[in-house]
Amino acid sequence: MLSEGSSFMKGMALGGIFCLVLALLGSFTPGMQSSSEDHHHHHHIKAASKDELQSLSEHQMLELSQKVRVYCVIMVQPKVLVYWATAKETWSKHCDQAVFYSSESTKALEAVDLHEKDDWARLRKALSHAYENAGNLRWFFVARPTTFAIIENLKYLVLAKDPNEPFYIGHAMKSGELEYVEYESGIVLSYEALKRLVNVFKDEEKCPERGRALWKLSEDKQLAVCLKYTGVFAENGEDMHGKSLFNSRSVSSLIEESMVKNPQNVVEGCCSDLAITFNGMSPNQMQVMMFGVYRLRPYGHDFHDSLMFFPPEGSDND
Amino acid sequence: MKNKHPYICFVAGLCTGFFSIYYIFYLYSSVAESLHFTLGNSNGVYYDRDVPRHIHSDEDRSVSANLSQNVRLLCWIMTGPKYLESRTKHIRATWGKRCSKILYMSSVETEFPTVGLNVTEGRDQLYWKTIRAFQYIYQHHRNDYDWVLKADDDTFVVIENLRHTLSKYDPQKPLYFGRRFAPFIKQGYMSGGAGYVLSKEALKRFIEGFDTGKCTHFSSLEDMALGQCMETMKVEPADSRDVKGRQTFHPYPPEKYLIKQPRSKRPWYVWYDHYEPRYGPECCSDNAVSFHYIYPVQMYTLQYFTYHLRPYGYKHRYNPDVAAAEVDSNITTSVSG
Repeated sequence: MLSEGSSFMKGMALGGIFCLVLALLGSFTPGMQSSSEDHHHHHHIKAASKDELQSLSEHQMLELSQKVRVYCVIMVQPKVLVYWATAKETWSKHCDQAVFYSSESTKALEAVDLHEKDDWARLRKALSHAYENAGNLRWFFVARPTTFAIIENLKYLVLAKDPNEPFYIGHAMKSGELEYVEYESGIVLSYEALKRLVNVFKDEEKCPERGRALWKLSEDKQLAVCLKYTGVFAENGEDMHGKSLFNSRSVSSLIEESMVKNPQNVVEGCCSDLAITFNGMSPNQMQVMMFGVYRLRPYGHDFHDSLMFFPPEGSDND
Repeated sequence: MKNKHPYICFVAGLCTGFFSIYYIFYLYSSVAESLHFTLGNSNGVYYDRDVPRHIHSDEDRSVSANLSQNVRLLCWIMTGPKYLESRTKHIRATWGKRCSKILYMSSVETEFPTVGLNVTEGRDQLYWKTIRAFQYIYQHHRNDYDWVLKADDDTFVVIENLRHTLSKYDPQKPLYFGRRFAPFIKQGYMSGGAGYVLSKEALKRFIEGFDTGKCTHFSSLEDMALGQCMETMKVEPADSRDVKGRQTFHPYPPEKYLIKQPRSKRPWYVWYDHYEPRYGPECCSDNAVSFHYIYPVQMYTLQYFTYHLRPYGYKHRYNPDVAAAEVDSNITTSVSG
């Protein structure tokens, strides 16, 4: 018994030492695969904290408020005319520049007609056009008109980030090994990310225009694949409590879910105060949302925000 | 005893030792992960779980807190046993707590808590319930309020905005606020569903009216009948619209007014309005006070819109204090000029 025990102990000691040596040599990392600079780790991105903003002077803040400018790429089709019109009448007024890209022209509303029926090819053309016509705008927001966006909150999220660095932000999802930003909740690209994307469009191998024949991926996944080749990876936009800022569902839908999951704390358990997008609302609900977001508020609750965004000219529903 | 299988024991030990150390590493790295702060080259990428979950650390509520102290508002909700779970519970969870005091009026006393009035349930009993509710309040809470709000169990109220409106008036005067309707009563009456407010003096006169027989239960249409009593007792209907002339009390949900409808599709109740109704964005004040026919999902949704969701740094078009000052200065210039 004793000699069996001692064999065992010797084995155990040797096994433990062996494992330690391997780990220290670094050729084998036991435990979770986590490393800070490894881009295969799921990234979370949050807005600059209040402390970071406090360190900026008022002059710097004003400068920064004016410097963050967003070019909205809104992909429309005549068959969703009512959503197109609603987006035009509501949230898109808060973009510094909102351009509607259509599959075909229609007399009803103005858009850049791309003469393209294929969704992915059309998105490519729209993004190339946006890049060429960006002017001095450095942030791009890509969405369909069925999404509702609060551009001020988008600006707050990217405020302290350098658009000359590659950023690809939204509601990050995983499909097998591929991490991509979901189309429905809006896609944010920095100037650098878009620049790299437009460049890789030229590479038919890595980023084919017509997609792979047998295996047609949705546009948002295609986008992720192409961006990945350029070293740009999807990041999930969150607030400081870890709540997603980009939502693929409507407020009511999320509230309904919260009533089941957090019956004692429905609103706090639901959605972020600084949410950027919601999806799946009717055109009428989007009109009500304008009132709810930009106007309805309690007298006597003031926020000492570090930025100033002014209402757009010639608009009456905000 | 001789070791029969030294080799096997050794290998067993080897495996045990190896995997023990492996497991320790696993535990260590998962703990390290959760404490790990990553400040990447993209400044702002950080992940801290330890931010305390308190809401609105950057919100300044000093003005509304001040109003809360100075404007004592007692709220009572017209409800019944059937709706406590499906509706009233959600009022209690949302805006109910913002009143200085809130009472849930029913036919039965419960631990909700509800006050049991000497009435039965039913649409035709609503005015009896109203009369008994005000009598109860006058009897038990006479010194607890400056103003009394009556609301339904499907009314959403923004208490701060109501206090803000009331703060400009004297509760010792006989006044009554709400969504003013024109028909049936000469001076009009306030919509029941949108909620209405009686000043301390107005409530006193309502009670006196019933004590002296000047007011009676002549109809079961609660809001209209109360409006008649108000007129009889010389209580004045006040204008609850904001400085820009936009309505604050609404007898229907926001979409009914915000979406412009063609004339033929406009609902019947718009013809009731005392003040010229407006459609589209001008319908409703930023500092709205109430909406009606608001069921639980919408109640929480409105709560979220009002108190939580906001556009960061946005400089609103409408500022009630600035607008009021402009009106005052216009009056003085037109008087002096």
